[in-house]
Amino acid sequence: MILVFIEHKNCVLNKTSLEAIAAAQSIGKDLGLKVSAVIPCDKDCALAQEIAQYDIEKVIVAKNEKLGTYTPDAYADAWEQVIKATEPQYIVMSHTYQVRDFAPKVAARLGREVVGDVIRYSADGGRLELTRRIFLGKLDADVTIGGDAPYFITFQSGAFRGDSAAEGSAAVETMDVQVGDIRMTAEDPFQEAKATVDLSKSQIIVAVGRGIKSQENIALAQQLADALGADLAASRPICDAEWLPIDRQIGSSGQTVAPKVYIALGISGAIQHIVGMKNANTIIAINKDAEAPIFDIADYGIVGDLFDAVPVMIEEIKKAKG
Amino acid sequence: MNGYSFLIFIDMKIIVLMKQVANKDAVLRIGADEKWINENDIAHQTNESDGYALEEALRMKEAKGEGEVVVCSLGPQSAKTVIKDALARGADRAIHVVAEDSKTLSPYQIANAIADAIREENADMVFSGLQSDDASYGQTGVILAELLGIPHATLVIEVDRSKLEGSVRIKRELESGWYQWFNYKLPALLTIQSGISQIRYASLKGIMAAKKKEIRDVTLPLENFASAQKIEKVYMPLKTKQTQMLGNGDAKAGAVELVEKLKTEIRVL
Ligand SMILES: Cc1cc2nc3c(=O)[nH]c(=O)nc-3n(C[C@H](O)[C@H](O)[C@H](O)COP(=O)(O)OP(=O)(O)OC[C@H]3O[C@@H](n4cnc5c(N)ncnc54)[C@H](O)[C@@H]3O)c2cc1C
Ligand SMILES: Nc1ncnc2c1ncn2[C@@H]1O[C@H](COP(=O)(O)O)[C@@H](O)[C@H]1O
Repeated sequence: MILVFIEHKNCVLNKTSLEAIAAAQSIGKDLGLKVSAVIPCDKDCALAQEIAQYDIEKVIVAKNEKLGTYTPDAYADAWEQVIKATEPQYIVMSHTYQVRDFAPKVAARLGREVVGDVIRYSADGGRLELTRRIFLGKLDADVTIGGDAPYFITFQSGAFRGDSAAEGSAAVETMDVQVGDIRMTAEDPFQEAKATVDLSKSQIIVAVGRGIKSQENIALAQQLADALGADLAASRPICDAEWLPIDRQIGSSGQTVAPKVYIALGISGAIQHIVGMKNANTIIAINKDAEAPIFDIADYGIVGDLFDAVPVMIEEIKKAKG
Repeated sequence: MNGYSFLIFIDMKIIVLMKQVANKDAVLRIGADEKWINENDIAHQTNESDGYALEEALRMKEAKGEGEVVVCSLGPQSAKTVIKDALARGADRAIHVVAEDSKTLSPYQIANAIADAIREENADMVFSGLQSDDASYGQTGVILAELLGIPHATLVIEVDRSKLEGSVRIKRELESGWYQWFNYKLPALLTIQSGISQIRYASLKGIMAAKKKEIRDVTLPLENFASAQKIEKVYMPLKTKQTQMLGNGDAKAGAVELVEKLKTEIRVL
């Protein structure tokens, strides 16, 4: 059997969990295993009926009053019991921030580890080979897991399509779980003061990465942006260094954008950056490393030094604009 | 909060995990066995988020006025570079779990070895980076917390340094610009996200002072771990998109071609 984790906040589904259902269904088909979904909740979760509309065997609501707000301690206790009671072969989850927080803890408690952030898998002779990106997206690694079940796998967002999860009908079951001491207390989640720039409406974005080398050089990117009538954005390290304010950050912890044109200057193309800009119409990358992963998703690329390319671009744009 | 918690934390001890990884700008070549890169003639550096973890530990010690910051790294002798740099930036001493073949270890094995090496330190806090830039398991810290029997928080982006009396208040990063504060009783393990604060450089004075600081080498029998994940093969990612390469290696020529494309194909000029 395969258990799949359904993530939610106050019984509102986190849609990436549908990707996990699709992944679990796919593995289930390849290995001849049934799939059940697990929803940790403090009540008879309103979400259970929604998840029961998918082609899985059971929806298990792991219920305890301490599961109302997420804490790693409560989730680990709940999962430990569900796993011990159901003895699954695989536990499949989406690689969300919440899953990063508790899945390795559950696995470790059972003497296991997680094969995390998997982008695809193959099943040969009943054995899974899982592919993960390593070295910040520069290499792929095919990985196998040793030892006995259960095996923990988390899939990268986008590895499966949520809307491809097969529909059907499942039984809903409540499992009362014990939750011990919670060693942390959570305050309410919040958003930082509204971003002053909303890059989601930008038509053209010039984004700078660590390849820009120093704060002074940001001015060069700004000149290019000005020439194009574009907005300036950045990868995380640039905002971490405070060369640009955090509301210019694109990626999983920053803004998600879909401009007509996205020009990446000296950005390597780590997955956490790409998720924030991959839906741009046209992606242009300038990078001196021909193997930089950003070129995997770029429509146009220049392999070379951005400090050679950008001044020429500014000149040429001025000429073109007359 | 109880009345004598300040007594407990006069000697706050923070252990910081730091890993040596390939330099971000290094050209990666796949090793002969196709199971890792060829690390022989590659430049190395401290894992990015670990640098931030150290910085936060140093700032907490400074905010507290006293305490000890202990660096712990598992890796080959060459990892001494990372350790010495941390000592030069202000860490008080170091524990080096010497493991020449550390690249073949799984996150559970690494966490288990580190747990054995630091358990008796009884630290008030353990910091790790969020994720290593080479193996990117994203779990060594969390596993370690479970093995040490202490609570953890991942993706920590701020620590409330004004409140450090037996508990700690930390801000976690959630997805898409959301955050959440949590309170932890100590001891606790935090995995630190890049950008938590600005990293200091080592001063000349710091470099000199580091020479006198203790680095304790520990060699542990690295236990076999049946449930380890094993890399069977590494390779260049398959390309998914047809990219038009411009300039043929000449960036200036590429720039001219690109502006032409912006005008005629992409039509934004
Ligand atoms: C949980 C989590 C959340 C994250 N959230 C985000 C996020 O929201 N946004 C984000 O961006 N990152 C995020 N990251 C970080 C991400 O993993 C990468 O570390 C980051 O995106 C790398 O930024 P970069 O491409 O600018 O730097 P690097 O990876 O260092 O790349 C720099 C690039 O510049 C090139 N270069 C250098 N010099 C030149 C030159 N002169 N000319 C041309 N090219 C040059 C290099 O070849 C290299 O490809 C997150 C990470 C984690 C673990
Ligand atoms: N060999 C190691 N030595 C010291 N710390 C490590 C080691 N491996 C992992 N860590 C720590 O655990 C964090 C997460 O690593 P990983 O689980 O590989 O993504 C890193 O940022 C380090 O702080």
